[in-house]
Order: sequence, then structure tokens, then C-alpha cells
Amino acid sequence: MREVPDLIACEGCDALYRKVSLRRGEIAHCPRCGTELDRDAGRQRERILPLTVASLIMFMIANSFPIVEIELQGLRSQTTLFGAVLSLTTEGMSLVAMLVLATTILFPLLQLLFLLYLLLSLRKQHRPAGFRWLVRAMQNLRPWGMVEVFLLGVLVAVVKLSNMATVIPGVALWAFGVLTVLLTAVVSFNPRHFWQMAFAGDDASGKDHKGISP
Amino acid sequence: MNNADSLSASDDGPIIVAGDADLPAYTAAGHGMMSCHHCGTVWQEVRDHEDCQRCGTPLHMRKPHSIMRSWAFLIAACIMYIPANLMPVMVTKTLLGTQQDTIMSGVIYFWVSGSWELAAIIFIASFLVPLFKLASLILLTLTAQKRSRWRRLQRAKLYRLVEIIGRWSMLDVFVVSLLAGLVQIEGFAKITAGFGVLAFASVVVLTMLAALSFDPRLTWDSNDTEPTANQSKRLLRN
Ligand SMILES: [Zn+2]
Ligand SMILES: [Zn+2]
Repeated sequence: MREVPDLIACEGCDALYRKVSLRRGEIAHCPRCGTELDRDAGRQRERILPLTVASLIMFMIANSFPIVEIELQGLRSQTTLFGAVLSLTTEGMSLVAMLVLATTILFPLLQLLFLLYLLLSLRKQHRPAGFRWLVRAMQNLRPWGMVEVFLLGVLVAVVKLSNMATVIPGVALWAFGVLTVLLTAVVSFNPRHFWQMAFAGDDASGKDHKGISP
Repeated sequence: MNNADSLSASDDGPIIVAGDADLPAYTAAGHGMMSCHHCGTVWQEVRDHEDCQRCGTPLHMRKPHSIMRSWAFLIAACIMYIPANLMPVMVTKTLLGTQQDTIMSGVIYFWVSGSWELAAIIFIASFLVPLFKLASLILLTLTAQKRSRWRRLQRAKLYRLVEIIGRWSMLDVFVVSLLAGLVQIEGFAKITAGFGVLAFASVVVLTMLAALSFDPRLTWDSNDTEPTANQSKRLLRN
């Protein structure tokens, strides 16, 4: 097998294109089917580390404090996200509890931690242990993190409760809001860029890049 | 969606500027090449199941058993869609008695209590989106299986839409979990999750798995798009 370094194949329709260098913030779409082919991550690469750290901090706050508190006839009740998961487990809804735990806590947290680890080690110019596995895991986790859907769920629940009890928004609610915005930026970073970053040195060192010959 | 501009931003431009879904394109498969779905590297002189030399992912011309796996997930999702809509997702116990809510009764509750925006959000996220996803994926899988050339561009757009909106149907699962965690007031009210929420969650997961199993390239794999030898040479010299 031989690498064809200057070509890119559309993931949506398999059409071949020659790679072009994109300008800042440019996104290339396949003219045939419209699938995104490539995007310039120049500015994003500088921002991604601070955004990841900020997301992790917000994540901790969002999960440590109550999301909402309700007051009903002088009685108060409050819950964190994890508390909600726990009460599902005690009601015999373990499968649903696991799904909620995975999509709102576990997967987003793993994504952020892997990203932080990869970014920090690539800064020191080396490909860390488990590089392949981590980048692949990040790509597979991508569709399953659902913090933004959860935030909408909280808002629906708050309105639903407001007819029945007094609702006091908690610190975690605001943290989830900020986290959603931050994650939108973090998740738009394609893990595939790690391969380009990790091999940037190799490619320059003159390997056999003959490309295709007729 | 018209980003042909950004492609031709550099002087080289792409090797193919089709601009029209019906033009035959030069595909990787047509040249015996495979792209790694994980790291994107394009390989030639490569066999199916060989590992990508860059990242180690097994290479495939197309996702293995894509059509069969998509059907399996879709049929399972269709079956679960029935209890998801008929069984209660939420059980509310108050001093006044026990109330069991299905997804639709939740929508109706919001509608009659005047929050029609919320009624619309839940109706769209919980009822329309899963139904639309199921119908779309069945259509995509069926047409891909028949190697149909019918509206290929629209089908490609439909697939991307299904991928983007898939996650939003988890909305009700989150609402119920939160309410169940929050409303546990001894002697006044207690909300628990009903069995419908499990069926509903499985519909969401199954349709997401169906969308992930489906290979969008199958939409474009019609018999008559393979380039002739002459065209290939022109492409490669270009
Ligand atoms: Zn394409
Ligand atoms: Zn690869």
C-alpha cells in the first residue's frame, strides 16, 4: 500500500480532490454532495487549549452544585445531575440512568480529558502513549456527548415545575449554559487534526511521497 | 451550502469541479484507492481490511455490511417506537392521586396550559424528529440498496440533516430524569420514570446507530459513474 498525500476523498460520496491550502477559517465542501472536506483550524488550534481548560472548570461547577431547587409548601428539594441519575437507578431504571450518565457526564468529561492530554503532550513535540487509541476514542465519542440537549431538557423541566412549585435556578444551571457554549467551540475541533499535527514533522522529512503515477 | 468558492480559493483548485450531482465523478473506489475513515489518509494499492499505516484503523472500501446493519437497527427502532409512544414516560404521585403521562399527554398538557412554545418543542423533539429520522433512514437505506440515482444530492443533504438532529430527541429522557431526581417531596409529590422512557431512549440510540452504520457513499455508488481508463489518465496527469 502506498500513501497518496496530495489527495483527499470525500466522506460523503468518495469523490477525489486535490488538497488545497485553505485560508484562515475557510471550510471546503464537496461540490458534488456538499459534505465538509476540510477546514482550516489555524486560529482554532491556538484557542483550543484555553477553551478545553475553561470547559473542564465549568464542567466541575456544573456537576458540583444543584441545577435547580424547588419549594413546595415550605418544603425544599434540589438536585444535581448526578443526583438525578442516582434516583433513576433506585427506581429500577438503571439502563436509562446509565445512558444519561454516559451522554451528559462520562462522554463529555472523557472527551475533554483526552483533548487536554493530547494537546499538552503535542506541545512538547511528542506523540504520547496511546495516541492512536485516544484520537480514535475521541472521534467515536463525538456523536454521543449531549450536554446541549440536556440544557434544553433542564429549561423544559423548569417551566414544567413552575406551575407546581417555586423554582429557584441553581449555580449549575448557569454553568451548564456556559459549558454548552464552550463545548460547541471545543467539539468543532476535528480530532483528525491530531494526525496532521503529529505527522507534521514526518512529512517534512522527505519520505517517499511519489503520489500517483499513471 | 455553495462552497465551491472556498475550494477554488487557491489557484490549483480541486481536480474535479463537478458542481452538478449528476456528473460522473472520479471516485477513490474507481481508482482502486481507499481513504481511511479515521485519519483521512488516501491509500492506493490497498486491499480491503488492511490496516491504515498511519493510524492503524482497518481500511474498507465501504462500511462493512452497511445496508444489513442499518436495516437491523431500523427494524429494532421501529418496534420500540410503539411502546415509546404508548407507555407512560413519567408517573406523578401526589395527594390527589397518581397520574401517568405519555409523551403525547405531556404535549397536550403544555398546550392546554398555554405554554404552546414548549408543547411545540416537545412535540418536535420527541415525536416528529424520531418519526422523521426513521422515515428518512428507511428511505436512504432502501434507495442505496437499489443503487437508485433518484435525487442523490437531496438524499446526501437528508443524511447530514439526520446526523445533526439525531441527538435532540434525547430531550424528554433528560426532562424525565431531572424531574424524577427533583420531585421527591415526602407526602406531597413524587415523580418517577415510567417504562416508556426506556423504550424511548432505545429508539434514540437505535436510530443513531442506524445513521452511523449507514455509509453515505452508497448513495453515489451507481453502476454508471465509474470513470473510463482515458478519464483516469487525464485525472492523474492533471
Ligand atoms: Zn462529496
Ligand atoms: Zn488512518
